[in-house]
Amino acid sequence: MNATAARLAPHSGSASRFEANIATRDAPIVKYLVLGIGLSFFVLFLLMPLIAVFLEAFRKGWATYFAALVEPDAVSAIQLTLLAAAIAVPLNLVFGIAAAWSIAKFDFPGKQFLITLIDLPFSVSPVVAGLVYVLIFGTQGWIGPWLSENDIKVIFAVPGIVLATVFVTFPFIARELIPLMQAQGRDEEEAAITLGASGRQAFWRVTLPNIKWALLYGVILCNARAMGEFGAVSVVSGHIRGETNTMPLHVEILYNEYQFAAAFAVASLLAMLALVTLAIKTYIEWRADRDVPEEIGA
Amino acid sequence: MLARRTRVLPGFGLSLGFTLAYLSLIVLIPLSAVFIKTAGMTFDEFWTAVASPRVVASYKLSFGTSLLAAAINAVFGLILAWGLVRYTFPGKKLVDALIDLPFALPTAVAGISLTALYAKNGWLGQFLEPLGIKIAFGPPGILVALIFIGLPFIVRTVQPILEDLDAEFEEAAASLGANRWQTFRRVVFPTLLPALMTGFALAFARAVGEYGSVIFIAGNIPMVSEITPLMIITKLEQYDYAGATAIASVMLIASFVLLLAINGLQAWTSKRQGRTS
Repeated sequence: MNATAARLAPHSGSASRFEANIATRDAPIVKYLVLGIGLSFFVLFLLMPLIAVFLEAFRKGWATYFAALVEPDAVSAIQLTLLAAAIAVPLNLVFGIAAAWSIAKFDFPGKQFLITLIDLPFSVSPVVAGLVYVLIFGTQGWIGPWLSENDIKVIFAVPGIVLATVFVTFPFIARELIPLMQAQGRDEEEAAITLGASGRQAFWRVTLPNIKWALLYGVILCNARAMGEFGAVSVVSGHIRGETNTMPLHVEILYNEYQFAAAFAVASLLAMLALVTLAIKTYIEWRADRDVPEEIGA
Repeated sequence: MLARRTRVLPGFGLSLGFTLAYLSLIVLIPLSAVFIKTAGMTFDEFWTAVASPRVVASYKLSFGTSLLAAAINAVFGLILAWGLVRYTFPGKKLVDALIDLPFALPTAVAGISLTALYAKNGWLGQFLEPLGIKIAFGPPGILVALIFIGLPFIVRTVQPILEDLDAEFEEAAASLGANRWQTFRRVVFPTLLPALMTGFALAFARAVGEYGSVIFIAGNIPMVSEITPLMIITKLEQYDYAGATAIASVMLIASFVLLLAINGLQAWTSKRQGRTS
């Protein structure tokens, strides 16, 4: 449960303390064997796929690369991806704060069960996540007939894509905030209120500064998943070019049409997004280490 | 003594009310649709959908490759985590940051990239195919994709436990005459085991439901390399909503069971941590 707290806890990074201690030091041959095997695995399964994206993208030169990105269908896919993330991330941000506030600052029965339910979308297959919205909003779904009478399209349209994106990114921010705010307790806010602060002031001046790094951490992970989601969105999208294609779906269409260079060009944008996400994440971890050296890990 | 603390902080009703409403609207009501729809089927309809040979073959494949991928990741992820925590080496920060790549890289991108690497004319495929090792467009390709997406789960659950592990235990073992291997096997490994199993379960749960990275490299041959999520998509494309929903209910139940197992394992991990540190 405290995976987050552990992740944001001080990463000592001081492997030297293990290497200096005779009881925890491994023989050089063990060290090189472990590093050799571990790093080979890393290069083979993580680094090579990453590099391959960029090399394949530029295989036919810069002209093809840029042509693939400015083509109208690609532009509309980029816009739709940005739109879905721009709706899903703020919604889940508000939810994450509300959920963490109620769980961390108050006592009520069934709290642990609620936390489990919040994690639920993580263990549901993205394909099932897409399917549930088809069952509700699709033509044969619960409110499908009513929707079509009123000429509202949800499935095979933008609202469905947004809903599916909200579902798969649902727990990201909440699960960063809940363990952290639980660990921080409620004393500081109670002190603020007792001293005459309003609830809003206590939140903005006391809570928010305490959780800002975890909040940002949750937001960037949520955003990365929102922009990259494939399975759930694929079920509800209908793959209408220029209308209901997100970037990952556009990649799929190009790939299936054997336009490999173009597919990898769009994919490289998503890979860059991933790298930026990891860079920000690493920075946040470094800042969080520096700001609160002991508190979170305790 | 048992008098309730008066609530000083405001916003309980609002925050919990919003949380429950949003949770119900986005997650609980939609998921219940799967079970309500399934409950409307006769048993024969349900059984034909979930137990047809092609679907059963997909369960075997999905669960089998997911287990194997999680097991491979457990071994190599542990080695990698050990290397990252215990040793200094150049480029360590970069390796550490890139471990999370599968969390950040869209699955479709991973899928086409792995396919490009392991296809017959790909960087790795061109060396492997002459040796008779065919990875892409078959079950081994699925395994490769599931290893990719599962690796960070193992490393990121084991790494913090390994970092917090007090040197005292190993010092005690060493002073009592144990060699490094005995110390690892008898002292360090049992401490890591709950975390390792949690990571294994997380990687397995993720792999069973995974779709994007797998479908490009799987080849999707009926009875051979069709994963269960693909069977749901196939049924949907044939407008067989009932069939798709029936398979989805099987997958959802598997997810619930895994989620409970993971919660139990995590509780065990924190209990173990509480005792040792």
